[in-house]
Amino acid sequence: MFNFDIFFQSAVKQSIPLLLGSTGETLTEKSGNLNLGIPGIMYVGAISGVIGSFFYENHLNAAEAAINPFLGICIPLLCSLLGSLLMGLLYCFLTVNLRANQNVTGLAMTTFGVGFGNFFGGSLIKLTGSSVPSISLRETSKCFQKTLPFADRMGVVGTMFFSYGFLAYAAIVIAICAAFFLRKTRLGLQLRAVGENPGTADAAGINVSRYKYAATCIGSMIAGLGGLYYVMDYASGVWSNNAFGDRGWLAIALVIFTVWKPDFSILASILFGGLYILYLYIPTGTNMAIKEIYKMFPYLVTIAVLIIMSVRNRKENQPPAALGLPYFREDR
Amino acid sequence: MLEGGSTGKYLCCPLSFTQAGGAKVDTKRQPAVSMRGITKTFGKVVANDNVSIDIYKGEILSLLGENGSGKTTLMNMLSGIYYPDSGHIYINGKEELIHSPKDALSLGIGMVHQHFKLVDVMSATENIVLGLKEGRKFDLKTVADRIREICSKYGFDLDPDQKVYDMSVSQKQTVEIVKMLYRKADILILDEPTAVLTPQETEKLFDVLRNMKKDGKAIIIITHKLNEVLEISDYVDILNKGKFIGSLKTSETNAQEMTDMMVGHAVKLNIDRPEPKDVKPKIEISGLTVIDEDGIPKLQDVSFTINSGEILGIAGISGSGQRELLESIAGLQKIESGSIKYYEESGKAVELVGTNPETIRKMGVSLSFVPEDRLGMGLVGNMDLTGNMMLRSFRMGGGLFTNRKIPHDLADEVVKALSVDTPGLSTPVRRLSGGNVQKVLVGREIASNPTVLLTAYAVRGLDINSSYVIYDLMNKQKEKGVAVVYVGEDLDVLLQLADRILVLCGGKVSGIVDGRKATKNEVGLLMTSLGGAE
Repeated sequence: MFNFDIFFQSAVKQSIPLLLGSTGETLTEKSGNLNLGIPGIMYVGAISGVIGSFFYENHLNAAEAAINPFLGICIPLLCSLLGSLLMGLLYCFLTVNLRANQNVTGLAMTTFGVGFGNFFGGSLIKLTGSSVPSISLRETSKCFQKTLPFADRMGVVGTMFFSYGFLAYAAIVIAICAAFFLRKTRLGLQLRAVGENPGTADAAGINVSRYKYAATCIGSMIAGLGGLYYVMDYASGVWSNNAFGDRGWLAIALVIFTVWKPDFSILASILFGGLYILYLYIPTGTNMAIKEIYKMFPYLVTIAVLIIMSVRNRKENQPPAALGLPYFREDR
Repeated sequence: MLEGGSTGKYLCCPLSFTQAGGAKVDTKRQPAVSMRGITKTFGKVVANDNVSIDIYKGEILSLLGENGSGKTTLMNMLSGIYYPDSGHIYINGKEELIHSPKDALSLGIGMVHQHFKLVDVMSATENIVLGLKEGRKFDLKTVADRIREICSKYGFDLDPDQKVYDMSVSQKQTVEIVKMLYRKADILILDEPTAVLTPQETEKLFDVLRNMKKDGKAIIIITHKLNEVLEISDYVDILNKGKFIGSLKTSETNAQEMTDMMVGHAVKLNIDRPEPKDVKPKIEISGLTVIDEDGIPKLQDVSFTINSGEILGIAGISGSGQRELLESIAGLQKIESGSIKYYEESGKAVELVGTNPETIRKMGVSLSFVPEDRLGMGLVGNMDLTGNMMLRSFRMGGGLFTNRKIPHDLADEVVKALSVDTPGLSTPVRRLSGGNVQKVLVGREIASNPTVLLTAYAVRGLDINSSYVIYDLMNKQKEKGVAVVYVGEDLDVLLQLADRILVLCGGKVSGIVDGRKATKNEVGLLMTSLGGAE
């Protein structure tokens, strides 16, 4: 029996990591940095949160104390932000200061981030000494999954709109703020100028490196939250290696799909999330190949959008003109 | 008080004003900017050597000099892009240190560069407000209103909401100038502002400049077009090889005097024009029509003949279809209708429409087009001279590996023959100055021994000496029996160089005149006669 409200709810839960990842990547790309390290950064964001909450929960177990909801949220949150911030800084240092190739750096960061996550994930699993290859952080997860108290009482509306943890709402607020920032503020205008034409921005007295650093680091932190949401809320606090999958790449595809507009991303990410889990709701029988085809949908839609955009060829819907290019001041 | 006063004031620089004897200095003139003893070196190259100039409020000053004479470098120091090695800059009588464009702007100095610094996907308003931190509220509407105010005050024609990618070159320039005015610049530097403008646009720009002058602004124009110097400026300062040569009052000088000072030695103003011999049709074009992607006709029913052994000049307001015409002959344009017949040595006619560019090139039809941005077509900026020569010769030799010897020798030859100023053959072309880039481009095309040589704007942005080298090259080709097509901007040059002049107007041929008999007025009239062009 197909329940739309349940499907919608799953799609939204699935969409939040994508939304955070794509908002972060959009901000980054608007500064002209094509950060393909986002999947790795989301991994690091997730594992950093896991490490923080793991030690906090261990400490609680040792002291036999109940979890303090405030610390239960803040410790993993700060750890996650710190982890992804460091990744963002590393990326900036390599591409802005050392002018390394952005694509190569980004791909290396993804490989590194996934490896980093799996290494520390594996180490923590060893520390617990459990037989299952996963870490369970139930107490922390409960804090993250806390929904609005009246959600249960509101029936379908409650299920569809009020049944999510606070990070989901934060993600939507962040996306709206990012869209407003890019469209309506002076700093947003200047950030866009940096991504479009750094030479011009420089001549206008804008500190190009500073904007690139700020946008990339803040973008990384937002994306890192996507990883944290995934493990703490979506996966109910269960970390197992490689479970995050290809959501990072989906987030990057979403940036293109939404033509660099974070507010579009709110609905588009739900669409992507829905497509991502569609195979669970469509009877496929025993044929596993069909399931894999359904999983391709988000990417197929992205390719379709790319084709439509290039046919329509509107300048506003193109990637930032200087995306992926290093900026040398001497070249002016 | 007059000459005595000025020389006394400029003791620090013995070179200055040695030739300024004719200039009457008004005591009421207030220097907005005084640059004293400015020296700037790049490595071993001395770009400016002890230069001192003054810029006065309510006046237009032309900075005249050949390519590489240090005009732009000098102004870049005033606008904060470079910092002088030695010397002093006084703004309104006070010594200032200008470390960045921001410093310059805060002193009221604004520079409009040759290459516009604009963000394509943003509107004029957004571009103008970029980098400013004024007011607490970010309100583009108020900004747009202020821009309209500035525009109506000085007579600019600008829509603040128009996106830059929709703008013509002239409109982009307007945005740049308004940007400076919005920042309250009262010392305005324009680097070769007319290089990419049509005569009408130039007139419009000059009107605006006169309005700004009346408003008390100090304006500096970097240029090497003498007629414009005479038309617009009050004074002209002349540089040569980084040194200050002299300052003249424009009303008391003439083109001959300025040219002499500019080049340092006399350059004959008459261009050689050998009699064409053995003239026979090489390319016959009939009913050529080209329609662009947007459905706008670029060429309409164009018919004419290109003869071997003569130079055919093509005149017209820029954008009248010159580019499309040359590209059609070279096989690079999609042709709507018409025919282009090429006559081989044997007299056999070959149809070029529908033939691919490579085959056309093999027949000996060679195209060198100097686009507005110089590096856009024909040369690869990041490749060295040898590599760029190779772009034409890489098919020579049958082996798997390319032969670098031939292009290397050719590059060497071009560098020597055209005295290209380059540190070496392995220097990337983008590092060369604009004029030298052009020499490489034209030199390469000529070296390929063409039977038809198509050149457009071959001397655009070149100084007089280099231009003459290029005219000579074309004449030599003509004497060899090559059919030369020269698309030019300067009517004087066309009238002195070309045997016949084809005048294009709005994509139509408005006339073909004899280069020896036609007058400038006649050609000018033809350029605007059809009413097709604005």
